[in-house]
Amino acid sequence: MAVQDYLRQRFFPHMWCPGCGHGTILNALIHSIEELKLNKNEIVMVSGIGCSARISGYVDFHSLHTLHGRALAFATGVKLSRPHLNVLVPMGDGDALAIGGNHFIHAARRNIDITAIVMNNRIYGMTGGQFSPLSGPGVKATTAPYKTIDSSFDVVELAKAAGATFVARTTAFHVKECTEMLTKAILHKGFSVVEIMSQCPTHFGRKNKEGDAVNMLGLYKDNTAKLGSKALEEKPHLIPRGIFVEKERPEYCEEYDKIIAYAMKEKIS
Amino acid sequence: MPKNIRFVQGNEACVEGALYAGLDFYAGYPITPSTEIAEQLSQRLPEIGGKFIQMEDEIASMCAIIGASLTGKKVMTATSGPGFSLKQEAIGYACMTEIPCVIANVQRGGPSTGNPTHVSQGDINQARWGTHGDHAIIALTASNHQDVFKMTVDAFNMAETYRTPVILLFDEAVGHMREKLIIPEKGELEIVDRLRTAVAKDVDYHPYLPREDGRLPMSDFGAEHRYNVTGLFHDMWGFPSNNPKIVNELLRHLVDKIENNVQAITRYKEHCLEDAEYILVSYGSSARSAIHLAQNRRNKGEKIGVLELQSLWPFPTELVKEKCSDAKAVLVVEMNMGQVLTQVKAAVKSPDRVFLANRIDGQLITPSNIKQLLRVIQGRGV
Repeated sequence: MAVQDYLRQRFFPHMWCPGCGHGTILNALIHSIEELKLNKNEIVMVSGIGCSARISGYVDFHSLHTLHGRALAFATGVKLSRPHLNVLVPMGDGDALAIGGNHFIHAARRNIDITAIVMNNRIYGMTGGQFSPLSGPGVKATTAPYKTIDSSFDVVELAKAAGATFVARTTAFHVKECTEMLTKAILHKGFSVVEIMSQCPTHFGRKNKEGDAVNMLGLYKDNTAKLGSKALEEKPHLIPRGIFVEKERPEYCEEYDKIIAYAMKEKIS
Repeated sequence: MPKNIRFVQGNEACVEGALYAGLDFYAGYPITPSTEIAEQLSQRLPEIGGKFIQMEDEIASMCAIIGASLTGKKVMTATSGPGFSLKQEAIGYACMTEIPCVIANVQRGGPSTGNPTHVSQGDINQARWGTHGDHAIIALTASNHQDVFKMTVDAFNMAETYRTPVILLFDEAVGHMREKLIIPEKGELEIVDRLRTAVAKDVDYHPYLPREDGRLPMSDFGAEHRYNVTGLFHDMWGFPSNNPKIVNELLRHLVDKIENNVQAITRYKEHCLEDAEYILVSYGSSARSAIHLAQNRRNKGEKIGVLELQSLWPFPTELVKEKCSDAKAVLVVEMNMGQVLTQVKAAVKSPDRVFLANRIDGQLITPSNIKQLLRVIQGRGV
């Protein structure tokens, strides 16, 4: 199936600002799904609220555009009731880790087979540029005119600690890497998290003097390095990219099926 | 004697009703005094191949059942005051997206943490207006276990018929009290199954285009029709729209599909009502005391009757008006500061003849509590 067959083309051009990284993530995701040759009827995309969440409107899957922060909770209901479906949950940084932080850690703890994509632009874009729990200290935002004093979460460390069994990080600059990681994340049995750093030139870039989209993408190139690379060894202050966790652990829906089998047997005997 | 005779808590009667109606997915969070519903279903659902999940919080429970309902399951959650508050945003989402689901609220004293192990009926208005924005809702209640069972079945049926969340407003006294329940045989009570679309594969399916009768056939997530579901105002395909005509029509549809069916939704019981001069309007556990008093006073020749409401929203205004038209006085018996009283006053011809017999201290209102006020109204002293 051609890439455009996975899209609802009548809604294009998309609503994201010029230079936004989110369109690149959509591109990478569609290429990944095309590569996997997934049946569109067996994909459910569940999103929350924010710029990132609008991605679900553009894909020709079953799409569920829910409440701010709650996408993973809705997705848990979908997945547990129909475990054969591929459930993809793209979220923004505020959506996933501020208002949705509780659902994020608990989905990871259960190791339910959902693919969570954190589209991290370190800002609330749709409401006009407020800082998020991933902004980190020293960032300017409309609600931090004197710069932020809040520390940030590290998505990778948080996901690891909470029990996610696949954890990866990449950026919107590294498009092929994005596709590869999303493919692996979708194939992975269990809760997988892919953090994709995504530029927001309109709010983050402008407020923090990071220039236009091209310049911000250059920063992703310069300020990150592959896990295990020489560059990272020499410059440990760089942000590591790569697959941090890829392991087996009992998956929630499969474990529940065992409960059903046991309960049914017990009842009969 | 019927085979399926049980001695159970009200919460268990709710569980039995839900299973009878076809419940196959439950998500919840522990909270007194509703926890027995979750406990029982964690055992019963897997026995029939259904799913039970204890979520991380009340909000997640509400969201999870909506997600599961979209895949074609009959779903439910149960909670009490604080949890009911937390669920409100997602209840509004289910109203907007027209996703069938049932929410049992076994009421306890509020506001806030309130009086967790004691009875109250303080969430009547929250059930109606707890979520933001204009909308309509269905809320049912019951005063005894046979009716808890029946109303639970009705709740699932109405959720499917009108594609809406339905709220079961039980209370701590009914929820925790034990009494007899006869579980009807299969087929004895009508069960409404999900209306699924007949639109063939690859033919344009409109998930949000009502049929002539107002109903919207659904298609399960995972089936052959892929569509969008959003809490934003949306067009007939489910895609966001702020077109004034679409916004106007959708909001009217959401309200009309329920408000125009008040008669079909209304559930009530009459106790000694025909020639009653004094009418007690009540519901839930407080109705038990009202019925007891009325029967007692009837034996002494007083013309007292009870109108027991079992559907509180949409409020059966016409029914109350008609039944109370010849009454010398109407007493609304409830355990709050007059939430149904306001509705009854608005319904009847002479609101100044409507009085509140209430109790708000966490104790069940007694027949003698009601009698005291009744005697004053009757001019027979204190």
